Amino acid sequence: MLRSGFTRLLCGLALLGMLAAPARAALDEAKVAGLAGDFQSRLDTIEALGVAGGDDARRVLDALEGGRLGLAAGVLVIVAGDSVVSAATGEKLDLAPAAAETFTVNNRVRRALGTARAALALAASDRDVRLSAARTLADNTTESLLPMFERALAKESDDEIRSVLARAAARVNLASADAAKRLKAAEALGESSDPAVKNLLAALLEKKDGEWVEPSSEVRAAADMAIHTIDRRIATAEAVGTLFSGLSLGSILLLAALGLAITYGVMGVINMAHGELLMVGAYATFLVQGLFRSYLPAYVDWYVAAAIPAAFLAAALVGVAMERLVLRHLYGRPLESLLATWGLSLVLIQAARVVFGPQNVELANPVWMSGGIALAAGVVLPWNRIVIVGFAVFVLLLIWLMMQRTRLGMFVRAVTQNRAMAGCVGVPTARVDTLAFAIGSGVAGLGGLALSQIANVGPAMGTGYIVDAFMVVVLGGVGQLAGAVWAALGLGIVGKFLEGWAGAVIAKILVLVFVIVFIQKRPQGIFALKGRFADM
Amino acid sequence: MNRRTFVQALALSASIAAIGLPVGAHAADTIKVGILHSLSGTMAISETALKNVALMTIEEINAKGGVMGKKLEPVVVDPASNWPLFAEKARQLISQDKVAAVFGCWTSVSRKSVNPVFKELNSLLFYPVQYEGEELEKNVFYTGAAPNQQAIPAVEYLMSAEGGGAKRFVLLGTDYVYPRTTNKILRAFLKSKGVAEADIMEDYTPFGHSDYQTIIAKIKKFAAEGKKTAVISTINGDSNVPFYKELGNAGLKATDVPVVAFSVGEEELRGVDTKPLVGHLAAWNYFMTLKNPENDAFAKKYKDWAKKNGVPNADTVVTNDPMEATYVGIYMWKQAVEKAKSTDTDKVIAAIGGQTFKSPSGFTLTMDKTNHHLHKPVYIGEVRADGQFDVVWKTKEPIRAQPWSPFIAGNEGKQKI
Repeated sequence: MLRSGFTRLLCGLALLGMLAAPARAALDEAKVAGLAGDFQSRLDTIEALGVAGGDDARRVLDALEGGRLGLAAGVLVIVAGDSVVSAATGEKLDLAPAAAETFTVNNRVRRALGTARAALALAASDRDVRLSAARTLADNTTESLLPMFERALAKESDDEIRSVLARAAARVNLASADAAKRLKAAEALGESSDPAVKNLLAALLEKKDGEWVEPSSEVRAAADMAIHTIDRRIATAEAVGTLFSGLSLGSILLLAALGLAITYGVMGVINMAHGELLMVGAYATFLVQGLFRSYLPAYVDWYVAAAIPAAFLAAALVGVAMERLVLRHLYGRPLESLLATWGLSLVLIQAARVVFGPQNVELANPVWMSGGIALAAGVVLPWNRIVIVGFAVFVLLLIWLMMQRTRLGMFVRAVTQNRAMAGCVGVPTARVDTLAFAIGSGVAGLGGLALSQIANVGPAMGTGYIVDAFMVVVLGGVGQLAGAVWAALGLGIVGKFLEGWAGAVIAKILVLVFVIVFIQKRPQGIFALKGRFADM
Repeated sequence: MNRRTFVQALALSASIAAIGLPVGAHAADTIKVGILHSLSGTMAISETALKNVALMTIEEINAKGGVMGKKLEPVVVDPASNWPLFAEKARQLISQDKVAAVFGCWTSVSRKSVNPVFKELNSLLFYPVQYEGEELEKNVFYTGAAPNQQAIPAVEYLMSAEGGGAKRFVLLGTDYVYPRTTNKILRAFLKSKGVAEADIMEDYTPFGHSDYQTIIAKIKKFAAEGKKTAVISTINGDSNVPFYKELGNAGLKATDVPVVAFSVGEEELRGVDTKPLVGHLAAWNYFMTLKNPENDAFAKKYKDWAKKNGVPNADTVVTNDPMEATYVGIYMWKQAVEKAKSTDTDKVIAAIGGQTFKSPSGFTLTMDKTNHHLHKPVYIGEVRADGQFDVVWKTKEPIRAQPWSPFIAGNEGKQKI
């Protein structure tokens, strides 16, 4: 009763609006009225608006998504700044924004909005927009969208979009009453790599009360065939996915351990504060991000690149200070240096807590490191992990060049092989120690930079990596960079395969047990140094 | 952080240390209360804020004349996220400092560790965090949610048309007592709702786990196998950040597979880039975004207090559910003491049942007469881009707690002390 009164009022207003601005195309009021109704009618209305298309539909959907659509005095309105306009006509109404009670948008509504927007975007002129719209629709197909697919297919000229649309239409057609349509649909779906499609097809091959769900044997054969191709595709994608996760975990372990491979592996210092050097690198990255946000907001996406030297230098400086002030006096006394570095790690953690607060700090992935490449539905290789694998290779290459091709690298190798002899031939051993420790620490800082992109940055973040880092170095063979690489990759890939099979908790236990047994059997690690300096 | 706030932080920590020291002279005109929250170690992230809010509440009560004309004197100790140390510190607070009541603990394991101490010395603990239930101690008052005040309504919401009509569930948690028990209750609940065994996936990760690639791949596969899927996360602590980051990068959107979390609130989201989280859900009994005069005042009071006391990053502090529960707990205790006209444990326990308090959650909360839990409203919120929550569903009125879940066999008749 009340509502029809308002409807009349609204029609009146619309009429007035039309008189005032005849150029404006208005939506039919009945088309949007459902938005004010119950939950289901709201969803239906959203879908109908998407299928209908047009600028006004877009305007209403935009407003709903932005939380600006609401009811004021029983009329559907859009709040635009400090004015209120009618949702159906876009006419300005004489109401205060505070009077409008806007609708909350939850996930279910947002999904319906996503579909509706994709339906609208299918008519866009930009090819990429159309393609992504078609992909969205293919995942959320319903029967009511079928006519729209067919309309779009008739107009579409791009092959890739056509095939996506055809697959989406095929999913609906699989339930068609026409056997020929079903057959075509089953054949078309063989192109898919989506497990959901596989389930649709598998449902056809089931028997219900002794009868096939799908009466036509031809369609059944096509479905069976399609399932096989999909299965093969999914299996390949999954294997690649697991291998990649292993590679990614391996690269992270490597970055965490590489610095330690220099300080512990090559120099023989058991550095319990290694994890805190990672933390220093991560906080340096955080500070660089802060600087970019305040001074160079336009380039904020590139803060990670600028953080590379910053993280290296910050951690290297802390490393130099540690070496000069403490470790220098404890060379040759492993137990004492172990305790001293452990104390240093506590000091560094507490310092970070005082300076930055006990909370984790927020580091955003740059846009170019967000998202991923989809191999198949279900397997996505995230960009941040791909970049980190590349970064690990880059750091490794840098260290290898430094150790093998520079004078400093030669000195470091000489000092580790025979300190006394190196000193005799004029190598400044004390300075080489400091420099080597600085480089090892700097590399740990780079590891911290990489970790900041995938894990938490907080005062105690380093403690979580110290065990893993030692595990990698010891397993690979102390004194060996190559050993650390193989150990990190091995642990990463084995760990990920175990995790897929037995779960994260068991996988962690199994990896630890494996390392213990391995070290028992082969204390020198995978790669042992051979020759005269082996027992040094 | 500039130098001034640094100095302030130093001064603050020094003053806390000073408070922590046992005070020699026994001042008869004060009532001592203990604050038992980790200020260092892994739980410091969450528990420091509870200590702050407790100190703020005590200051507020003192400013209004204290309890029975006596000022409250807080005794702050730091159990350092070390579970056995919780029991030791609790004993110290009760026997040495002679506190009238203790406000503290966060993890269930720390609560389990102090329970025997409170029982033996017959003292009072106010526990402010949502937990797994299956426990009812005479000496403990639970001001956080029992499973039926958080977990069960959240799952019911996910199953409703509005919540997306989920038919398959992933129960994902950190490997310890709270997630395991909650998931046991949820599994029984889902079965009672007709969800098949094959439609439930349960998985656990160690504390501090940071590589969620495999689990996300598993969830994707599970979700693709058929009906609408939702994830129920009892992941605790900072593992949530890599979990949600991976979720975003793997392209699992809240609109496809919503994740509802029971341990992620405003405070936890402070250290997170929230863009990939938008639309994911959390179930609590309080959100900072609730609009009511009590909450506006509460949030403002805490902000001012944080600024005045030089809390690090004071201009971005937030309030959350356990903080509200701490605040309500202290007032419940105050009212009970005033009614009993004594701080004696048994007299306070007798007086507290039926106490009411107009809380920042927008409702007048009642302490149940028999089961030591508050009647609480339930809210479900979606994460916004700014790390706050939009409430998308709420109960019409506060719900009575069921600490012993009816979905676990053998719990009938255990509902009272």
